[in-house]
Amino acid sequence: MFELLGIPPQALFGQLLLGLINGSFYAILSLGLAVIFGLLNIINFTHGAQYMMGAFIAWMLLNWAGVGYWPALLLAPIIAGISGVIIERTLLKRLYHLDHLYGLLLTFGLALIIQGLFRNQFGSSGLPYQIPAELRGGQNLGFMFLPNYRAWVVVASLVVCLATWFVIEKTRLGAYLRAATENPTLTQAFGINVPLLITLTYGFGVGLAAFAGVLAAPIYSVNPNMGADLIIVVFAVVVIGGMGSILGAIVTGFGLGLIEGLTKVFYPEASATVIFIIMAIVLLVKPAGLFGRAA
Amino acid sequence: MADAALATPAATTAPRPMLAVRDLNAWYGESHVLHGMNLDVGEGEVVTLLGRNGAGKTTTLKSIIGIIGKRTGSITFEGGETIGMSSRAIAKLGIGYVPEERGIFSSLSVEENLMLPPQVRPGGMSVEQIFELFPNIKERLTSQGTKLSGGEQQMLSIARILRTGAKFLLLDEPTEGLAPVIIEQIGRTIARLKREGYTIILVEQNFRFAQTVADRHYLVEQGRVVDMILNAELDQNIDKLHAHLGV
Repeated sequence: MFELLGIPPQALFGQLLLGLINGSFYAILSLGLAVIFGLLNIINFTHGAQYMMGAFIAWMLLNWAGVGYWPALLLAPIIAGISGVIIERTLLKRLYHLDHLYGLLLTFGLALIIQGLFRNQFGSSGLPYQIPAELRGGQNLGFMFLPNYRAWVVVASLVVCLATWFVIEKTRLGAYLRAATENPTLTQAFGINVPLLITLTYGFGVGLAAFAGVLAAPIYSVNPNMGADLIIVVFAVVVIGGMGSILGAIVTGFGLGLIEGLTKVFYPEASATVIFIIMAIVLLVKPAGLFGRAA
Repeated sequence: MADAALATPAATTAPRPMLAVRDLNAWYGESHVLHGMNLDVGEGEVVTLLGRNGAGKTTTLKSIIGIIGKRTGSITFEGGETIGMSSRAIAKLGIGYVPEERGIFSSLSVEENLMLPPQVRPGGMSVEQIFELFPNIKERLTSQGTKLSGGEQQMLSIARILRTGAKFLLLDEPTEGLAPVIIEQIGRTIARLKREGYTIILVEQNFRFAQTVADRHYLVEQGRVVDMILNAELDQNIDKLHAHLGV
């Protein structure tokens, strides 16, 4: 087998796969944040907690109701999405006329409350969630071993991201969303129900986070802090991609996952910080983000 | 009250009033912009609001469509009170709004801009009829909305409303900043819409243009109607007009 700069290919591809997996989560989560920010102008700090909720809902469905992974993949996002709709209708809608900071503070507070409630109920040591039987095992690709479940995570997140992009950029509903993002007053004056669009968008963004949470449940342990750790990186991803850019969120999510994986191979000491270093550079060179439009 | 008397159209000019505005007051935040507007628009009429910048013409249109935060008084459309309604509900009554600055969405293609406003009434123009009226739009369907020229954007802004079936149109300075040949085309469009029975309130700075399309003119000053002039009598009243418009 070939070697690259003295790195065995198994290690290289292994880390690239790991990077791609992380990138899958970055992409879904930053996509949800971008969609929410675009229409609501709210930086949704609850996003990590909602990702964690997705994983816990899947765990509860399995252990309390006997509902397995595949139905949970659909049900957990719907249940979390409904909780998002309630949050939007009762709390967020009061903040739209105020500064960004208030939305940030409210959603940050909500995240702390939700995480606290789950920690009280389930402790912080983490709960196991089995990989579904259909996706156990893996493929030997010759140059590396590819676990089936990890391949599924990458494919599922790509499909969900591209489907979301398609709906927003290519459909009538997406045109309503883009119009309402750009000029809500005029969109409403055409007879389009903008408040309903806003509510559904938040519900959908939360649903995306929960979907990522269900995908993550069999890989990481189901833990009240799992979102809090991840969301910091995801915010850096969003800043690099540009707030409110759909395609930017997807491309940057996967790209930064890969860069992080490569860093683990070539300079492991920087792997935890490389995304923040890139963020600092991007902010210096292109403050609106790689795909963002300057305000 | 003199204003109210002025605002009641003479029997010869108005069929049944489609829109009646009474003692309309409107505010932008703390700033009180309309101070008791009164006007009537009969079905099938083209009525202009003439006045200086800041007189309250645009605010009047925004109040009618319901996008001014605070407004009081009465606006009845086809007999129903709309003052407490949301802009979404008002649009669904069949009122089409063509804003100042045209309101073309940059994140939407020309086609998406055209198809954006939902149908509010049956009997709107078909896309084919719109292409016949504005051939330029057909050639630019896939362009980004704001890549069109100013004149094309204005036509798109009118065209998308004609699709919806709204028969009562609010046009805010459709000729602003456009070349004379485009202004002529918009004038012909308004004349055709009038023949087809549309009712139009037109905000204009350019009273020479207004004269070619309108039945009546309301002179607006400091947030109220100060005079009403029939189009046929515009030439006799040219001095009054100059005094109010400062031209």
